[in-house]
Order: sequence, then C-alpha cells, then structure tokens
Amino acid sequence: MKGRTKVAIYNVKSEVTGAVWKIVATVGQKLEPGDTVMIVESMKMEIPVIAEDGGTVKEVLVAEGNPVTEGQPVAALET
Amino acid sequence: MFRKVLVANRGAVAARVLRALATLGIPSVAVYSDADAQAPYLAMAHETFHLGPAAPLQSYLNQDALLDVLARCGADALHPGYGFLSENAPFAERVEARGVRFIGPAPRWIDVMGHKTRARDLAARSGLPVGAGSGVIGDAAAAQSSAAAIGYPVLVKPAAGGGGIGMIAVHTPDALPDAVERAAAIGRRGFANGDVYLERLIERPRHIEFQLLGDRAGNVRHLFERDCSVQRRHQKIVEEAPAPGLARAAATAQAQQVADTLRRLGYDNIGTVEMLMGGDGDFTFLEMNTRLQVEHGVTEAVTGTDLVVAQIRSAAGEALESILPPALDVTGHALEARVYAEDPRRFLPSPGPLRVFRPPVADGVRVETGYAEGQVVTPHYDPLLAKVIVHAPTRDAAIDALCDALHAFAIEGVKHNVPALLRIVASDEFRAARLHTGLVDEVLARDAR
Repeated sequence: MKGRTKVAIYNVKSEVTGAVWKIVATVGQKLEPGDTVMIVESMKMEIPVIAEDGGTVKEVLVAEGNPVTEGQPVAALET
Repeated sequence: MFRKVLVANRGAVAARVLRALATLGIPSVAVYSDADAQAPYLAMAHETFHLGPAAPLQSYLNQDALLDVLARCGADALHPGYGFLSENAPFAERVEARGVRFIGPAPRWIDVMGHKTRARDLAARSGLPVGAGSGVIGDAAAAQSSAAAIGYPVLVKPAAGGGGIGMIAVHTPDALPDAVERAAAIGRRGFANGDVYLERLIERPRHIEFQLLGDRAGNVRHLFERDCSVQRRHQKIVEEAPAPGLARAAATAQAQQVADTLRRLGYDNIGTVEMLMGGDGDFTFLEMNTRLQVEHGVTEAVTGTDLVVAQIRSAAGEALESILPPALDVTGHALEARVYAEDPRRFLPSPGPLRVFRPPVADGVRVETGYAEGQVVTPHYDPLLAKVIVHAPTRDAAIDALCDALHAFAIEGVKHNVPALLRIVASDEFRAARLHTGLVDEVLARDAR
C-alpha cells in the first residue's frame, strides 16, 4: 500500500440535473467517505451528493436554490 | 352539464382530461407554467391561461393563481387531475365556496382518507378487512407491547406519510427502538409530523386495487380490480387488469364488498381502494385514493368505459345508472407501462431535451403523454414521459404487444427506463404472474449480476 502524504483536492459532482435543495456540509468540515455534502432536488426526488472519498470541505461551489447540471462540480474537498 | 371546465394540471393527465371534455362537447380551459408554454395539449383547450414560473409552488400548486384564473375564465367546474392539488381538501373547499364544482368527491372524503390512521379506523369500523396494527405510538415501551400484540414481523410507518416513505420492516424486538426513532425522524423531516404507528408486515404481498365510481345520489359501483404489484421505491411502474391468477369470483366479491361499503358511507365520485393480498389470498386495506388514478387506462380498456367522462358526468349530478351500462364485464387483458425520464439502472432523474420522441402506433396500443418531440423535460415536475397501454385477448398476447410497443418507442435526448421495463415485462416471473411488490428489485438485481 502506497502512503498518501500529499494533499489532493477533488471535486464532488451532482449526478443529476436539478436544483440545490439543501447544503448539508460546511467549509472546513471533515467528512467521512460516503457522507452527504448536499441534496439536489430533481423531478420531485431528493438526490444526495456524496463525498465518495471523504475529506475536508475546501469550498462549496453552489448555493441553495441554484440550478445544477449532471456532472457539474458542486464542492471541492481536500484529502 | 357544466358550461366550462378548468383543468388544473399539466402533462399527460391534462391532455387526458381535455380529451374527455372534447368528447362531452364541454368548452375547456387549460393552464400552464413558464416551463409548459409550448406543451402540445394546450392546443386542445378552448382557452389557456398562464399561471406563473415553473416551480410547482408558483404554478400548479399555487391556489390563489388557480382561483384567479377560475374567476377570470368563468368556468363552473374544475378538474384537478391527479397529483398537485387533487387531494388537497382545503383547496377543494375554496373552489366549492365559489360556487364552482370540484370534480372529485366531497372535500370531507379527501380529508379523512389523507390521514393514514383515520382512514384505517374508518375502513375497520366500516367492515373492510384491516390487518392488525396500532394507533400512534406513545413511547418505546408502548411500541414493544404493541408490536408483541400484533406479532412480528411488523412495519413501522410515519402516520402522516405517503408513498411508502419512511416505512421500516422490523423482524425482531431488539430492532424496534431504532426503527421507531428513524421513522419518526423521517416523518418530522418529510411531513412535519413525527407520529409513527405499527402494522403487521405482509411479506411479498401483491398490490391489488379496486376501481370505484359513485354518484351524488347515493350509488356506488365497482369497475373490478387492477394489479399494481410491479413497483420500484413504492411507485407503480407496470399495472394490469384484471389481476392475473385470481379467481374471478374472489376478485369480484371483494370489489363488491368495497363498493357496498362506500355506498353505505355515501361516497360520491371516482376513487380507488388499495389493498394488499398476502400469500394466503386474504386482502388487507392499505389506503383509499379520492381521485382519478394514473393507471385508470387499463380499467378503461377491459371494461370499455371512459372513466374520465364518467367522473365528469357524475360530478355534474348525473345518476350512475345513466352513466354506466347495467352490466359491466372484463374483456381481454390490459397492461400499462410508465415510461419515465430516468436512468434505467439507478432510477436517477434525467431531465433534458426530447431530441427524438416517437411513441409507438399500433392496433390495441394507446399512449398517454403530455410531451412532443423537441420539447424539454424540466427538473420541476415528476419524470413521467408517457404511459403505454395495451389491450389484447389474453395476458400472454398483451405482454407480447407491450414488449413490441416498448421496443418501437424511440426516445433520445434523455435517459429513460424503457430498458428496465422490458427486462421486467420479459422476465419469467412476470410472464408466470408470480407477482409481488419486490419483483422489480429481484429481477433487476439478478440482471445486474
């Protein structure tokens, strides 16, 4: 197993086109893999945006109510 | 009969109601949000009114905007369709207070059937089969004693919920406290109400529902049953009539009991009583929908009736005996598949432009849609693109016809669930009518391996 000494920044993306319903995570917060960053609403469904690899929230790139498209980066995390 | 009817909805059901009004020769009024300004069905209406921005709260759920259109257009009746305000009792009361007929049952029916435990109580008091269950749970100790009295497995449910949201199956007493806590949290978050109650869990049930039509003179008749067991996330995706493999006498007897009960209670328009059927063949009351149902088309196909026309005539005060033929029968078999704009593997919504949208055209195939090629499917509304309804002499022939129709449905520009529908309808379980509400998950999980 290779050691992970370098910090890496990655973007989490919305899986669907819709609008940001609720931002759950805050800048500076440490997230575990699988934690919810925000919830996007589309077609009467709430779809969570998940921090697959966890990490510290560096920046939230959208605001509640903003439209988002499928694949759009919505937050930057640092591992 | 009504002079003019306002259709307070959008999409496939707006198109369906506008067609029924044309059949009856009644002038119609349609409404639209910014997102639906180019909707093809608007051309069927005699008048159209803009409601507001795309967001439902500012358009199709905006009671004041709808009542304003009602006053301006001079309609003497309003058809709510399904979804949106169709089961909103205060809205129905506001419409009726203006001397305008709400095309549905009296508002008190919408009110009582909208509350799960009140609806269950009414059903039980009225003699419908209701499974063992509790009232609203007080505390952890009460939950344990209720669950023990009901017998495991039990289902923990938010009392103000709907659509299967927050339901948790519990098989052993040690798992109960956590389930009660989680269901209450979901209820608080989703329905602003943390009340939960318990029901006996029926494992691998079939969902069977009974179509009813009442009039304003105290008559209620049934139009047999539908099987809607094929569901994903508690949402129906394939429906059929009649329910396969069910003895006709048993199905008709249960339908008649439901109709007789609602006649005694004074039900007065279209409605559906949903039940679960366990492995023992016993029916249990689930809920009642006090409106036109999405899947009404399969009942229309096998009974040869126009349920929307019938609903409107009943609301206008016509007697059931002049609306329906003296004897109704089931002819052949009908299937409906709901085509959604969603990923066929994970069922995530997929709005976008309908670059290609060519519904199948064939004998015995009916397609209900509110869309046309070139339109955009927005994220604001539910993902239903179309309903494909087939009617054939036998269930086997209907399955073949539905597969052909789904294969012929050309859709490009959005992801859609047609591949998943085809896997389900072509599966051995579906063909053999081994139906239960977990069938979709089982078939798709097996295919994913």
